[in-house]
Amino acid sequence: MQQLSYFELVGFGPNGWGWALLTAAGMTIAVAICGFLAGSVVGTLVAWGKIGGNLVIRSLADGYTTVLRGIPDLLVIYLFYFGGSAALGAIGSLFGADGFIGVPAFVTGALAIGIISGAYQAEVFRGAYQVVSRGELEAARSVGMHRWLMFRRIIAPQVLRYAIPGLGNTWQLVLKESALISVTGLVELLRQSHIAAGSTRRPFDFYLTAAVLYLLITWVSTYMFQRAESHSMRGMRRAS
Amino acid sequence: MSNGVASLSSQLASSDAALAVSVQNLRKSFGSLEVLKGVSLSANEGDVISILGASGSGKSTMLRCINMLEVPDSGEISIGGETIGLKKSRKGMEPVDQRQVDRIRSRVAMVFQSFNLWSHMTVLENVIEAPVHVQKRPKAECIAEAEELLAKVGIVDKRNQYPSHLSGGQQQRAAIARALAMHPKVMLFDEPTSALDPELVGEVLRVMRSLAEEGRTMLVVTHEMGFARDVSNRVVFLHKGVVEEEGAPTEVFGAPKSERFKQFISSHR
Amino acid sequence: MDFAFMRDAFLTLLSGVPLTLNLAFMAVGLGAVLAMLLALMRMSGIKVLDWPAQGYVFVFRGTPLLVQIFLIYYGLGQFRPTLQEWGLWTFFREPYWCAVLALTLNTAAYASEIIRGGLQSVPYNQVEAARACGMSGFLLFRRVVFPIAVRQALPAYGSEIILMVKATSLASIITMMEVTGLAAKLISQTFRAVEVFVVAGLIYLILNFIITRIIMAIEWWLSPHLRRPAAVEPRLEAAHV
Repeated sequence: MQQLSYFELVGFGPNGWGWALLTAAGMTIAVAICGFLAGSVVGTLVAWGKIGGNLVIRSLADGYTTVLRGIPDLLVIYLFYFGGSAALGAIGSLFGADGFIGVPAFVTGALAIGIISGAYQAEVFRGAYQVVSRGELEAARSVGMHRWLMFRRIIAPQVLRYAIPGLGNTWQLVLKESALISVTGLVELLRQSHIAAGSTRRPFDFYLTAAVLYLLITWVSTYMFQRAESHSMRGMRRAS
Repeated sequence: MSNGVASLSSQLASSDAALAVSVQNLRKSFGSLEVLKGVSLSANEGDVISILGASGSGKSTMLRCINMLEVPDSGEISIGGETIGLKKSRKGMEPVDQRQVDRIRSRVAMVFQSFNLWSHMTVLENVIEAPVHVQKRPKAECIAEAEELLAKVGIVDKRNQYPSHLSGGQQQRAAIARALAMHPKVMLFDEPTSALDPELVGEVLRVMRSLAEEGRTMLVVTHEMGFARDVSNRVVFLHKGVVEEEGAPTEVFGAPKSERFKQFISSHR
Repeated sequence: MDFAFMRDAFLTLLSGVPLTLNLAFMAVGLGAVLAMLLALMRMSGIKVLDWPAQGYVFVFRGTPLLVQIFLIYYGLGQFRPTLQEWGLWTFFREPYWCAVLALTLNTAAYASEIIRGGLQSVPYNQVEAARACGMSGFLLFRRVVFPIAVRQALPAYGSEIILMVKATSLASIITMMEVTGLAAKLISQTFRAVEVFVVAGLIYLILNFIITRIIMAIEWWLSPHLRRPAAVEPRLEAAHV
C-alpha cells in the first residue's frame, strides 16, 4: 500500500477524496438548512402557544421544550430513524411487503433536527418577543390596527430582528447535530470522512480535514449572521 | 382659539349637536383598587380640555378608556355621537364589535408619554403607517401629506432617520405628526411632556398650542399648569377617581372651590 | 404501549446510568480544571497566552463533539507505533478514556467562557473595597473574586453539566454501554423504537431533574444575602438591667 501524502489524499487528483468530501459538506449544509427551517416553523408555533395560549396549550408547549432540550439528540435521531422505518414496515406489511423498509436518512435526519431545534428556536422567539416594547404595541392598537395587521407590521419584523443572535447560536447547534445523522448512514461530512478513513487507513488525516471543513462552515455562518444582525438593526435600539 | 366657556349645565342644555367626545359615569377597577368612581366628561368640537390630578387620580385611565386601551367596568363612551358597544364577558367587560373599536380608534389619535414610535421604521414610515395600512389611503398621497406634517412640527429633515437617533422632543413631535396623519376627529394626549428633559418641553408645547389654535378637539392629561391656564378652554381636576373641579381656566385657577385643588395648584407652581 | 416491556426496558437501561454519570462527572471535573486554566490565560492580557486559548475555544466549540471523539478514538490509531513507544497506547486504545478525554476537552471550551464571564462580572467596586483593606493576590482571589464569580456563574454552569450528561450519549457510538448505548442495542434487538425511546428519555429527564434541583439547592445555600433576612426575634430572657 503506497504511502500517499496528505495533500494527495485530500486533494482532487485520482486518489484524492477532495470532491467526495466537498460534496459531503454540501450534504451537511443541506440537511442542516432543511432541519433548521423545519425547526423555525415548529419554534414559531410553539412560541406562539407559550405567549398567547390557554393553560393547556402553554403546558403542552412547556412540556415540549423541556423534554426536547433535556434528552440527548442521538435518542431523537434513533427514534425518527428506527421508529420511522418500523412504522413504514408496519404499513408495508399491510400491503404484503415484508422486512425492514428504511426511511431515507435525509428525511428522518432533517425531521429529527427540526423537532430538536424547534424547542431551542421557540425559546429564542419567545425571548425576542419579550423585548418588543409594550408601548409600541399600544400605539399600534390605538391607531386601529387589528391583531393580524399588528403582527405582520410591528411584531414579526421586530421579533425577527431581535432573534438573529439567538438564531445564530441555534444554527451552530444544528450544524453539529447534522454530524450525528451519520450514524443512520446519511453520507454527510462525517460519514464520508469515516468511509475514507476506513478505506485508506488514515483516520487522523480525514477527521482532521473534516474538523477544518466544519470550522470553515462555522466561521462563514458566524460572519453571515453578524452581517445580518448589523444590517437589520441599523437604527434600532440595542436589545440589551 | 375658541373661548366658549362651557360649564357642565349648559352642556346638558344644548345637546342636539353631537358631542365630539362624551364620557358618562365611567367606573373602572384594577383588581380590588377602584380607580374611576363614576367620571363624566363631555367635549364639543374645538374644545381643548386639560385634565389635571395627582398620580393615582385616574386621569390617564379615563383617557385610555376613551380609545378602549382600557375597558371600563361600567359607563358609556361616545365619539362623535357613536356609542361604543360593550358587553359582559368572563373576564369583565368587552367590546361587542372589535371592528367598531378599530374604526373609532383610527379617528381618535393618541400621543403617549413615552412616544411609542415604532423603532424598526423611519420617522416617515411611522407617520404613513396607519394612513396606508389602517385607513387604506393611497401611499403617494400619504407620503406627501406626511412630509407636510413633519414640516409643520419642524422635523422634516429627520424624516428618513430612525426614532432612536432623535431627541425626546423630536420623537414626540414625530408622534404628534403620526397622530395628525390619521385626520383625527379627537386628539388624546397622555402626559405628552412628562418624559422630556425640561429644555425640550417647550418645543412640544408650542406644537400643541398651534394645534389648539387651529381649532382641533384635544383632551390633554398634563402637569403643565401654563398650558392648562393659557391654551385650554376647560380644565378638569380629578382626585381619587372623581371629578372634583371643572370649568374655564380663569374660573378654576382664579377662584378654586375645592380645597384639594388649591393644594394641587400651589404644589405644582 | 406494552407497559411490561417498558418496565423491563427501564431496568435494563437503568444499569447504564452509573456509566453515564461516571463519564459526565469525570469530564466536568477534569474539564473544570482545564477551563479555569483557559479562562485565566484569556484574562491574563498576555497575547501569547490569550490567543492560543481563544483558538482552543474556537476549535472545540466550532466542531461537532462526535468529530472530536472520532479524532481521538479512531484518529490516534494512525499514530499507534509512536504512541506505543511512549507507553500511551494502552490509554488511547480504551474507548472509556477516549470518551473521557474528548468530553473533557469539549466541556473545557464552553466552561472556560462561563468561568470567564463569571470572573468578569464581579463588580469592580467590591474588589476595590477589598484592596482598600489591604487584600491582594491570591488572598483577594480566594476570598472575594472567586466566591462572587462562582455565584454568578452557577446557573450557566448548571446548564453545562446538564449538557454534559446529554453528551455522554455519544460515547455509545464508540461501544460504551451507557444508557443510550443500551437503548440502541435494545432497539436493534426488539425493533420497539418508540417504547425504548420513551423509557430512555424518561431516565435522562429524571437525571436532569435531580441535577437541576441539586444545583438550585447549591445556589440557594450560597446566597443567604439575597434572601429575606431571618426574622430577628426579641430575646425572651429578661434584659440586663
